[in-house]
Amino acid sequence: MTETATELPAALQEIVDEFAELPPQDRLQLLLEFSNGLPELPSRFQDHPELLEPVPECQSPIFLITEVEDDDTVRLYFSAPPEAPTTRGFAGILQEGLDGASADVVAGVPSDLPLRLSLTQAVSPLRLNGMSGMLSRIQRQVAEKTN
Amino acid sequence: MPVPNDTSAKFAAYAHPGRLVSTEWVAEHAKDPDVVLVESDEDVLLYETGHIPGAVKVDWHTELNDPVTRDYVDGEAFARLMSDKGIGRDSTIVVYGDKSNWWAAYALWVFTLFGHEDVRLMDGGRAKWIEEGRDITTEVPSPAPGEYPVVARDDARIRAYLPQVRESIGTVPMIDVRSDDEYTGRRTHMPNYPEEGALRGGHIPTARSVPWARAANEDGTFKSADELRTIYQQELGLEPNQDIIAYCRIGERSSHTWFVLEHLLGFDNVRNYDGSWTEWGNAVRVPIVQGDEPGEAPAAS
Repeated sequence: MTETATELPAALQEIVDEFAELPPQDRLQLLLEFSNGLPELPSRFQDHPELLEPVPECQSPIFLITEVEDDDTVRLYFSAPPEAPTTRGFAGILQEGLDGASADVVAGVPSDLPLRLSLTQAVSPLRLNGMSGMLSRIQRQVAEKTN
Repeated sequence: MPVPNDTSAKFAAYAHPGRLVSTEWVAEHAKDPDVVLVESDEDVLLYETGHIPGAVKVDWHTELNDPVTRDYVDGEAFARLMSDKGIGRDSTIVVYGDKSNWWAAYALWVFTLFGHEDVRLMDGGRAKWIEEGRDITTEVPSPAPGEYPVVARDDARIRAYLPQVRESIGTVPMIDVRSDDEYTGRRTHMPNYPEEGALRGGHIPTARSVPWARAANEDGTFKSADELRTIYQQELGLEPNQDIIAYCRIGERSSHTWFVLEHLLGFDNVRNYDGSWTEWGNAVRVPIVQGDEPGEAPAAS
């Protein structure tokens, strides 16, 4: 059997390419940009933090919630404190890469996404596990909400 | 000229008062040419979001660990690292970081493996500095390269390896500084709870549970000398001249406890088992105890 990597949705692939094209020392800076770019939680969730699901795989506190609209469009919302920039950066990547995608596309994102980001040298494995935790929770929530 | 100690009363009561400085002291001495501020965080991006002006970053994962073998860098790599950061052998290094200085204590412990003499922690770490509204900047300094000599790493005094730990069960007091759930082994069995890089849960037989946080105040500063003596000497009955081994998950939280015992209480023979639970909990046929009790040393086979 030959191994073929599952294709990523275009928006995520673009982000993966962006990381890969940078020299290693600049990749963290890009992650920081995703961290800074993570949108604020809409007020309807700020007032109801209990609706968000915690992601204990991450070493810093982060909470997320997904919404699936009538046409199966997925919306992603995250809450993570500024003193957890790496976790925020991963959330920012998922937000930019998956918000607005269809439920099917979200379900099909391969679980090795974190390993494709060219960050395995710069970021500890536990951190990358944390991103996997976010992804699998997003996929589970979306599956529950489309059934 | 040696850089003066922080002479505040709290620090004077510790065994090695020169090992801690306050945020006030750092604000006053940050520009002293013999002082190098080092930020060392768990979060690899935190320094980039803002740090104490003049501070350089040392990352535990990419700079202190060997990239191939699970070990620390060797003397040559360490000399290069220090030189790049503008640190000389005679520099006064002041380390601070996130998470109540776990990683700062870890960096300090690694610097000690190379015998760097004057290395101090900033009490309260990064959070206290920011809480006090002191200056931070995103400007990364470009220090003039130092000329750090190549010094062989000497692990013997303050680092323990798995075989030594195994042989020490029943004779050397051990301190497990992880959370209660990690100590008892409950954590790895909780449904939907992530495994923490270990196949088995529990603790090393005879190890007493003293979570690292017991040594810290709410604001991340260290507790007073009296409070620390109460925990480690009265409650646990440890003696300052005794051999002691501390461990956690990968050796970072136990560096915090190592710092407390070695420098704040002046214990002579404390070793940090940095393999910690990510090694012990994956090793074949090492003894493990689950539950609240320290457990007995296994009978010799």
